[in-house]
Amino acid sequence: MTTDSAATSTPLPLAASPELMGEPDELGFFGEFGGRFVGEPLIGACQEVETAFVEAWGDPAFRAEFTDVLNTYGGRPSPTTECHNLSEQLGVRLLLKREDLNHTGSHKINNVLGQALLARRMGKTHLLAETGAGQHGVATATAAAWLGMSCTVYMGEVDMARQALNVFRMRLLGAEVIPAMSGSRTLKDAVNEAMRAWVSEVTNTHYCLGSVMGPHPYPWMVRSFHEIIGIEAKEQVAKITGGLPDVAVACVGGGSNAAGLFAGFADDPSVRLVGAEPAGGAAAGRGVPAIVHGMKAYFMQDEVGQILEAESISAGLDYPGLGPEHSHLALTERAEYYPVTDDEVLEAFQLLSRSEGIIPALESAHAIAWVMKARDELAGKTVLVNLSGRGDKDVEQVQEILGQ
Amino acid sequence: MTTTTDRSLQTYLTDHASKRKLLMPYVTAGVCPDWLELVDAVIDAGADAVEIGIPFSDPAIDGTTIQEASVVALDAGMTPALCLSELQRRQFGVPLIAMTHYNLVYRYGHERFAADLAAAGGWATILPDLPFEHGADWTEAARSEGIENVLLAAPVTSDERLQTVVERTGGFVYVVSTMGTTGARGAVDDAATVLASRVKAVTDVPAIVGFGISNAETAVTAAQAADGVIVASALMRRILDGGTIDQAAELVADIRKGLDDAYPPPG
Repeated sequence: MTTDSAATSTPLPLAASPELMGEPDELGFFGEFGGRFVGEPLIGACQEVETAFVEAWGDPAFRAEFTDVLNTYGGRPSPTTECHNLSEQLGVRLLLKREDLNHTGSHKINNVLGQALLARRMGKTHLLAETGAGQHGVATATAAAWLGMSCTVYMGEVDMARQALNVFRMRLLGAEVIPAMSGSRTLKDAVNEAMRAWVSEVTNTHYCLGSVMGPHPYPWMVRSFHEIIGIEAKEQVAKITGGLPDVAVACVGGGSNAAGLFAGFADDPSVRLVGAEPAGGAAAGRGVPAIVHGMKAYFMQDEVGQILEAESISAGLDYPGLGPEHSHLALTERAEYYPVTDDEVLEAFQLLSRSEGIIPALESAHAIAWVMKARDELAGKTVLVNLSGRGDKDVEQVQEILGQ
Repeated sequence: MTTTTDRSLQTYLTDHASKRKLLMPYVTAGVCPDWLELVDAVIDAGADAVEIGIPFSDPAIDGTTIQEASVVALDAGMTPALCLSELQRRQFGVPLIAMTHYNLVYRYGHERFAADLAAAGGWATILPDLPFEHGADWTEAARSEGIENVLLAAPVTSDERLQTVVERTGGFVYVVSTMGTTGARGAVDDAATVLASRVKAVTDVPAIVGFGISNAETAVTAAQAADGVIVASALMRRILDGGTIDQAAELVADIRKGLDDAYPPPG
């Protein structure tokens, strides 16, 4: 535990307070997206989280402790790496924000440490989470172990099979992993199950939601805990290049790593913000506004409003929706969202491994894949990619697909 | 049956509640091929009104039974439009109340859904994932077609919030008996009685308890401080387990009898 040293450590400039990606309105809307569309039994729980978050986020002691924990336990700051080999091949200046080097292997730990500290502050003793690829589940199980809390993770049965190693990791960390057996048995169903469980355990349990989605204040809170990605990256890119990147790219499922990155650059109009979506889960590209999972946001649906099942090679992006703030950024055209196919992702996965010695998570490989696709229009530009996670968890799956 | 413009669900329910405890069964549209007969059967068995569940792909507020009923109905091709058009072809002797997740109403279009629901014999909607903060647009569109929007109260709902719920609800207050999803339970805990009493203390609008009513015994307990009960999962369970419409209606008749025996009509 690091609480004792918190008061003496110097906080990073955690308050990005970006203008464009600022606070939602009092009902939790970013433009026309967001809100708190949950049943009456959960309204109080959401209000409790909102009150606690607003208070904690405005408390210098909480900020200092969060910063200290991110640094001494989470492994921050993560570096920004210039990819000399791949830059030459693609004809762009490619920089990677290395969230893959964080503790537990992805950006997910930022949000989880923030929420775990908040849960403790709220007097909660149990963490509840959903997970897709297992990265958020592993991060939550890690934080629970660290804070001496119990932890339950809901994971789609299909995802449990394709990410068996992460299931074992979570169990090793002391978490209970419960298969979500309904619907498509992937991430969206794990969210449904987690919300159902939260209703009945709300007194002692904090729902540690893993992306910039769900009812207010989650989209705002999760983005806030991830803003450090963009803040650090901006400073690091300036040190390397002397200026801003031309493009900031991140993969998008619900959109948490992208939100963290974009927050650092949203107020710089010269920086293009690009989200790479899986072609089989392209909520921005193929979605229309829906109300599901506690929020109004873009979702893939059929003509009457039934939510469609996403299909992606990466379990972490296998989500038919896009967080409300991203939906707002998409509608207002401040950020652009493009689909990439599973084949393009596999190519990017191998290319980054071979050319830079960095094996990316399949999720993060989506961002690289978009850069490969858009290389002509990006010629000569400085492109910052958020490498949100490492690919160790994916090598077995990719080995099977490639038949090697 | 009164016309949509001069009728009042609250008046109807208050009138019935002065004679007996209200019983409101729930039927998922499309849960079986002859689901309309099931609606008729539960009315014959003593229903004062019937909730019609329109199945949604991601029923986050529902427990396993209604989820299962939703999957069966969706696989059978049930849609909001089909549900409303099938209902419209018949006359039912009691008010119908549509219960679903808000996205289906939003996607259908507020005005169109309100008009089609009214034409189908609907008197009200229950949209548990549309809290009153976000419900003004739908409530307005609904009222213009004579459709009420029923709000829910939960054991954790604060007194301040409860005041707003009773002011803005239409027809009755849906008293959520327990902190959990929909589903039949062996016992209904004291929370239902406590909450129903809190509602009755601040309003004349009928209070009807739902979530967890599985048989006559739980219904009698739940109805203690309330005007009536909703029975959903236990009824759908009978159908999902292969029971006939008569067997399902029998459950409703049992509960009707249990309520009438425990709370004999005045005079």
